[in-house]
Amino acid sequence: MSDHTKNQESYWQANVRLITGCLIIWALVSYGGGMIFRPLLSGISVGGTDLGFWFAQQGSILTFILITFFYAWKMNRLDQEFGLDEE
Amino acid sequence: MSQFTINLIFVGASFALYFGIAIWARAGSTKEFYVAGGGVHPVMNGMATAADWMSAASFISMAGLIAAGGYANSTFLMGWTGGYVLLAMLLAPYLRKFGKFTVPDFIGDRFYSRAARLVAVACLITASVTYVIGQMTGAGVAFSRFLEVGKDTGLIIAAIVVFFYAVLGGMKGITYTQVAQYCVLIVAYTIPAVFISLQLTDTFLPALGLFSNHVESGMPLLQKLDEVVRELGFKDYTADVDNKLNMVLFTLSLMIGTAGLPHVIIRFFTVPKVADARWSAGWALVFIALLYLTAPAVASMARLNLMTTIYPEGPSEQAIRYDERPDWIQTWETTGLIKYEDKNSDGRIQFYNDTPTFKTQAEERGWDGNELTVNRDILVLANPEIANLPSWVVGLIAAGGLAAALSTAAGLLLAISSAVSHDVIKGSIKPDISEKGELLAARISMFVAIVVATFLGMNPPGFAAQVVALAFGIAAASIFPALMMGIFSKRINSTGAVAGMLAGILSTLVYIFTYLGWFFIPDTNTLANTPENWLFGISPLSFGAIGAVINFATAFAVSSVTEEVPSDIQDLVESVRYPKGAGGAVDH
Repeated sequence: MSDHTKNQESYWQANVRLITGCLIIWALVSYGGGMIFRPLLSGISVGGTDLGFWFAQQGSILTFILITFFYAWKMNRLDQEFGLDEE
Repeated sequence: MSQFTINLIFVGASFALYFGIAIWARAGSTKEFYVAGGGVHPVMNGMATAADWMSAASFISMAGLIAAGGYANSTFLMGWTGGYVLLAMLLAPYLRKFGKFTVPDFIGDRFYSRAARLVAVACLITASVTYVIGQMTGAGVAFSRFLEVGKDTGLIIAAIVVFFYAVLGGMKGITYTQVAQYCVLIVAYTIPAVFISLQLTDTFLPALGLFSNHVESGMPLLQKLDEVVRELGFKDYTADVDNKLNMVLFTLSLMIGTAGLPHVIIRFFTVPKVADARWSAGWALVFIALLYLTAPAVASMARLNLMTTIYPEGPSEQAIRYDERPDWIQTWETTGLIKYEDKNSDGRIQFYNDTPTFKTQAEERGWDGNELTVNRDILVLANPEIANLPSWVVGLIAAGGLAAALSTAAGLLLAISSAVSHDVIKGSIKPDISEKGELLAARISMFVAIVVATFLGMNPPGFAAQVVALAFGIAAASIFPALMMGIFSKRINSTGAVAGMLAGILSTLVYIFTYLGWFFIPDTNTLANTPENWLFGISPLSFGAIGAVINFATAFAVSSVTEEVPSDIQDLVESVRYPKGAGGAVDH
């Protein structure tokens, strides 16, 4: 394998790792906090209801925004590190 | 000035603005018609994507469904935003790098076959047409209200307006108009919400008001609401859901569907660079979230206001007299979307949950059945009137609702017409077609699509947001898996992809049609659409997620026993993974 393709390989692996990490958080806030684990979180009250309700109607959306911007920032930096960005 | 005149002024002025921009930015070439020349700034593109995305379903229908279902319908909130995370990481940057016009372009090239391309076109058209039905339903409700005509007349007027609007511009016209439409719709959605939040909770931001104290009773708003609805036999607003499996699958289906909808994906072809495609997805989500964080507040507050209107002295006291009902109930009655029937002939409007468990309590109070039917799709439009807001706010929300319906319908029609003219006619049947001929074919297919959607919109298979949810299920089961496998796997070959798409979409359609009528024609369903009949308790609206799994599994299984992917296609997959050397979107 040439250096060039090796570089591309590791760039892609870094990308896939990053995506996996982001998707775990994505699933934790919505499917976890907002749905499946809601009964477990029912003890924590937020503004007249419980944390699970907050995650379902507000928390997930806020987290989604953070994840998307984090991914864009991190990937655009990876592009440069690996010299694969567009001029 | 009458409310009718004010509505006309607001709607008229906003339309003049959109048409003005559409004419000013008229598309000259086929490329401009489809992708706006690839030179739109990420923030502007994000805003246009948001307008494209937030349709009658989000604007008009969603808060009404949340108001009625409470926590259980949070699925719409999570599902329709979470998909952007998938889009941003799994599709948008790579498809931008690939740099063609349409989704079938990618599928056709990546799976090196005309069959794959045509199957993709068929999936795309099925999903988009279903989506347009939902839009037309919503737009029909909006038009019928502000022109004070029947529901079907409203629908036909909506169809005519949408058609002229979409035919006039192409993508280029639409991009700038959609920025304008976004501004109109977000202002229209937010202003009444702020007023109502101040009235009920003394909090400026509706998203914070939702979790604040109710001024009148001093208790948290959501607790107050729970208490009121419980008194009338309804389920608690914040009550948990028993069937979590269905809830998870429904949300997943909306998320995957979001990332698989062609009119959204196409948006990411219009930014200059791969890096911009990533930012663009983030900005789109920000602009969408502005509405989606307000929507649950609108939902709970409108529900509370509605109950207070019907039971001015509180839910345990007498209901309001029919001849003393507020004006907004009268105007909505003329559209046929609010119905009243005095079952116990006491001249009052009893509005409660007519279930066996609540029967004894209802009889004790001398009630003989629920007397008021409120179509959920009207809640957002009626919201300012319910809260007694000034009439210009009512006019504003009419303009906003129409902006939402119009922008999405136009974007979808564009996706349909480009699939037909570009992918089917130019790509397969008649490759030497002239630019003029291609544009003509595009416009004819828009016309056909809108006629079909209007016809089916007369008797929609659900509320606007539910019909739209079906479209997502179809997109989730067919397009998203094919795109994702095309980028993330070099092993999936043409045979596998075609088999996967067919298995995904057919299983989903059969499941949906079984419960909702074959080809959505009313009364042709095989089984009644009730939870007892559903397979493992999975509703037809949620089946898209299962369809997607079937698609993935079939594609992997078939690919593993058939031919290897040719090396030039493997190189293509490599090249979409790395941003270097993307260039502008190109014709071929």
